[in-house]
Amino acid sequence: MSIKQISVFLENVPGALYAMTGVLAQNKIDMRAFTLAEASDFGIARIIVDDLYKTTTVLKDAGYVHSISDVLGVVIPDSPGGLNRVLQALTDAQVNVEYMYVFLGHKTTGSAYMIFKVADIAAASAALAARGIRTIEQEELEKL
Amino acid sequence: MERYYQPEIECASREQIKAWQDERLVKQVRHVWDNVPYYRKKMEEKGLTPDDIRSSDDLYKLPFVTKADLREAYPYGLVAKPLKECVRIQSTSGTTGKRVVAFYTQHDIDLWEDCCARAIMAAGGTDEDVCQVSYGYGLFTGGPGLNGGSHKVGCLTIPTSSGNTERQIMFIQDLNATILCCTPSYAAYIGETMKEMGLAPEQIPLKAGIFGAEAWSEEMRQDIQNTLGIKAYDIYGLTELSGPGVSFECSAQSGMHINEDHFIAEIIDPDTGEVLPEGSKGELVFTSITKEAFPLLRYRTRDICMLTREKCSCGRTHVKMCKPMGRSDDMLIIRGVNVFPSQIETVLLNHGYPANYQIVVDRVKSTDTLDVQVEMTPEMFTDNMGEIDRRQRELVDGLRSMLGLAAKVTLVAPKSIVRSEGKAVRVIDKRKI
Ligand SMILES: [Zn+2]
Repeated sequence: MSIKQISVFLENVPGALYAMTGVLAQNKIDMRAFTLAEASDFGIARIIVDDLYKTTTVLKDAGYVHSISDVLGVVIPDSPGGLNRVLQALTDAQVNVEYMYVFLGHKTTGSAYMIFKVADIAAASAALAARGIRTIEQEELEKL
Repeated sequence: MERYYQPEIECASREQIKAWQDERLVKQVRHVWDNVPYYRKKMEEKGLTPDDIRSSDDLYKLPFVTKADLREAYPYGLVAKPLKECVRIQSTSGTTGKRVVAFYTQHDIDLWEDCCARAIMAAGGTDEDVCQVSYGYGLFTGGPGLNGGSHKVGCLTIPTSSGNTERQIMFIQDLNATILCCTPSYAAYIGETMKEMGLAPEQIPLKAGIFGAEAWSEEMRQDIQNTLGIKAYDIYGLTELSGPGVSFECSAQSGMHINEDHFIAEIIDPDTGEVLPEGSKGELVFTSITKEAFPLLRYRTRDICMLTREKCSCGRTHVKMCKPMGRSDDMLIIRGVNVFPSQIETVLLNHGYPANYQIVVDRVKSTDTLDVQVEMTPEMFTDNMGEIDRRQRELVDGLRSMLGLAAKVTLVAPKSIVRSEGKAVRVIDKRKI
């Protein structure tokens, strides 16, 4: 019901992000989703990738500190107010959304996806399923 | 069971130690008077002749020698033996100003190595041990000193010198090194690397470490002991006096026994030069009473320290010095507040950050700023920005209560602060640039 997100610590210096995306590109890692959170003196790059194991190995070898967390990859219904319906479902279930961001890779399906970091994954999944809103699994990432 | 390299000396009676010091000081003063015009001139300026020094009780009459004297006398001005009798020089790292070059006769080297051998045996070393010397070899005294001491004890000595951490670890593992000698920051780095390789403390054959040449805190000792699964012992020394082994820790791990048969220690008031009573905090001053080629009388170390003659559980009778509480040179004055880098290290370790840090002092619009740069570690990292922020604020609060002033904390990428294989560059004072 959930997918794995990698969070990478970045120093807030020019080129830090570019250096990290460079490492991923060199190792032919395909980023499916990406967002950057910034504090005054550091940043956290949050990424969803096709190959979790390879990515964490590559990052570790390149000296990056990172952590892995569970997030939801939600298929946004292809109709007006689609995102609104998702948020409605989560609000009704009283699930707190910590942050969300857009998914890049939907080459074949044509659907829109978003990544949700929520306080309670199980409750959120149940609430979405009850409204017929689909979430993607880790294995599906490779095919997207 | 406590082991000694020279038990008859290390556990001698106080009377015996005093008798050695009296006799050797008198002889040393005569030696420098006869052979070093620089000393003779300094003594004459104070109206002294060798006849005024009849025992160690007269030591206070002698003039001090400072680092400035060593620079002025560079290179041969304080050498007390003909160069043809000298067999070696060693030199300080020379981070500030001109290098100090110290000279040794074969006898000087012999005694210096004895001191290092005492330190190794105090750390539990015997001829059954494999001793890896990861201090730099060369002009730096760390490598040559411990190497010689290790030979004297009869350890199988691995002279890796510093650097090439992978090779260091390979030798520790493959040759079952039981004793590691290096700087504490390098020991911490080796430990960190071994941990990353997935090695648990019990998989590491090391049992003891002898770490010196830079200041380290009690917290850092605990850290190193835990990651490497060893007992970590401090060793103290100065190139000017010989090198490591001027004093060393014993099994009690609470203060370093000064080799008083070779060095007389005093604590003075750094401002007035007055000798302070035992137990007072002040500047540590050493007189080398057996050194032939490069004897120093009342050398001001700039280390702030305390001495104690309390009976030690190890059986040694020589006076103990505490870990230097800071160097009068290292002390930073920030917004009028005295700050020692060791205080910052203590706060970092207490908050779960690594002891690898850099302090950047600057002056912005005539106000001093203090920026403490700390490396992010896998243990301290989380996806939760608020949590990182909270820990950062806790650290700022911790620094404020320890130092009495506000500091900024900057989190930097892992291993971005240059690791030292010799001495760490902890402080960048941009006010001086
Ligand atoms: Zn002792």
